[in-house]
Amino acid sequence: MAHLTPTPALEAGQDKTMILNMGPQHPSTHGVLRVLLEIDGENVVRMMPDIGYLHTGIEKTCEAKFYQQVVPLTDRIDYLCPMTNNLCYVLAVEKLLGLEIPPRAQWLRVMMNELTRINSHLVWLGTHAMDIGAMTVFLYCFREREDVLRLFEAISGQRMMTSYFRVGGVALDAPLDFFHRVKKFADRFPSRVDEYEGLLTGNPIWVMRTKGVAKISAEDAIALGASGPTLRGSGVDIDLRRDMPYSGYENFKFKVPLGKEGDVFERYMCRVRELRESIGIVQQALEGMPSGPIKANAPKVVLPDREKMKTEMEALIYHFKIISEGFAVPEGEVYQAVESPRGEMGYYIVSDGGPKPYRVHMRSACLANMQCLPTMCEGRLIADVVAAIGSIDIVLGEIDR
Amino acid sequence: MALAPVVTDIEQLKGHPAVARLVGWNPQAVEGVKFDREEMTITVVREAIREACALLRSDPNCPFNYLSDITCVDWYPSDPRFEVIYHLLSIPNKERVRLKVRLSGEMPALDSLTSVWPGANYFEREVFDLFGIRFNGHPYLRRLLMPENWEGHPLRKDYPVEGYR
Repeated sequence: MAHLTPTPALEAGQDKTMILNMGPQHPSTHGVLRVLLEIDGENVVRMMPDIGYLHTGIEKTCEAKFYQQVVPLTDRIDYLCPMTNNLCYVLAVEKLLGLEIPPRAQWLRVMMNELTRINSHLVWLGTHAMDIGAMTVFLYCFREREDVLRLFEAISGQRMMTSYFRVGGVALDAPLDFFHRVKKFADRFPSRVDEYEGLLTGNPIWVMRTKGVAKISAEDAIALGASGPTLRGSGVDIDLRRDMPYSGYENFKFKVPLGKEGDVFERYMCRVRELRESIGIVQQALEGMPSGPIKANAPKVVLPDREKMKTEMEALIYHFKIISEGFAVPEGEVYQAVESPRGEMGYYIVSDGGPKPYRVHMRSACLANMQCLPTMCEGRLIADVVAAIGSIDIVLGEIDR
Repeated sequence: MALAPVVTDIEQLKGHPAVARLVGWNPQAVEGVKFDREEMTITVVREAIREACALLRSDPNCPFNYLSDITCVDWYPSDPRFEVIYHLLSIPNKERVRLKVRLSGEMPALDSLTSVWPGANYFEREVFDLFGIRFNGHPYLRRLLMPENWEGHPLRKDYPVEGYR
C-alpha cells in the first residue's frame, strides 16, 4: 500500500526522477484537484494528492445558521447530488428531534434520491469516458441528465441547488403531471443505458484502457476508508441503503452490484449496473407512492402551509417564530450516514439545545476515496492516473467543503 | 416527538460488543458510555485510544474494521476543551460505534491512528488543520485545507465566523 507521504525527492527535487505538477486546472481532475507526481519516464513513482483549493468553510458557516437555514448550504457541498446531501442532513436533524416522517414524504425522498443518483452517475460516466477519449458518451449522458434536471425543476423549482427536502418532510407536493413525467423517463431510461453500454462495455479500446488498470484490493480499500462503488468494485458487499436502511429503503427491492478485481473496469460496471437498479427503485416508488401528508405533524418545527398561515392566527404565530428564532433541538449528537452516489456520506451534528447547530461535520466519501489514488496509481503510467481519478468519481466541493 | 431516555450506566450497556470488548480489556481505559438515539458512544482515555481501536478492529466476533470518520468538537471555554470523535463501522456485523477522547485546551495531542488504519491520514490532517490538535506518530502532519502559512485554526470556537481574526 502507498504511504500518502512525499518522498524527499518529491519535496526537494532530484536528478533521477522528475516532479510533474498535474492540476489544479487540469481538465481530467474534475474540478480543482492538484496531484504531485514523481515520475521516472512515464512511470509514476510516487503520487501525492493536494487539496484545499475549494475550501469554503461550510462547516463553520453552519454553526452560525438556524437548523433550517443549513439545508441550502448542503446542496453546495456536492453539487452533483444535492438531494442526497439534503436527505442526509434532514435525517440527522430529524433523528436529533425524534421526528416521525409521513410515508409519502419518505417515498418522495427515496424517488428523488435515486433520480439524483442517476444524475450524478451520468455526469460521472460522461466525463470519465471523455477523459479516456470516448467523446460520444458524454453527449449521450448529458441528454438524459437534462431530462432529470427538468424533473428536478418541476418538483423543486431549481435544476441543481434544489433544497427540496426540509426538516420534517419535503418542501412541496409533486405537481400534477409530475409522476407521469417520471414514469415516461423511467420507461425510456433502461434502453438509454443499453446505448451507453453499447458504446463502452464491449469496446476493445475502452476495455484495454480500463481492465486491470488502477487495481486496489478489498483489504486496502477498507483500510483506506473507501466506500461506495470504489469499495464494491473490489468485492466488499456493503450498501447502506440495504444494510442500514433509512428513509424507508427497507420497502424497496434492489440488487447491490459487486465487482471482484477492483480495477477501473469493475468500478465502471458497478456504477452502470447501479443506474439500472436506481431506475428500478424509481419505478417501485411510482407504483407504491402512498397518499397523505408530506410534512410531519410538528407545528413548532415544520413551517405551516401558506394558505393556513394567511387564515389562522396560530399558524401565523408559528411561522413567525420559526423564521425569526428557529426551533430548539434537544441536546445530543447524532451521526447519520447515507449511501450517496460516491459512497458513505455522513453528517455528524452536535446540538447544545439551541436553535443553531453547535457543530456540523460532513463525512466526505470522496476524501476517503481519494486516499486510494496513490495505491492505485503508483507503479503505473501517467495515462492511467487519468483513468484512476475518473474511476473514483471525485467531487472537489465535497472534499474541500 | 418522543426521545428515549439516555442510558449512561455501563452495566446496562455491556451487551454491546464494543463496550464488552473494551471493558473486558481494561476497565480503566473507559471513562464513560452513553446510549442515546440508537447510537453508542464510548469515551476512552487519551493514552488508550490507539490500542482500543486496534483491539476493536481485530475483534473476532464483531470486528469494527472500517474507520468511517474522525472529527472534533470544541467546547470552548469549558475544560476539557476538545473532544476528538471517531466513528467506526463493522462491515460484517453492520454495527456502528462512536469513540471519544477528551483533550485539554493546552497543547492538545493524542496518538495517531494511521498505524491501525492508513485511511486515518487525511482525516487527522484535517482535524490538525482546522482545530490544531497534534497526532503523535502521524507520518505527514501538515495543513490539508488551509494554506501552509495560515495562522489559527478556523473551526475553533474562539475563531470568528466573519471579519478579522
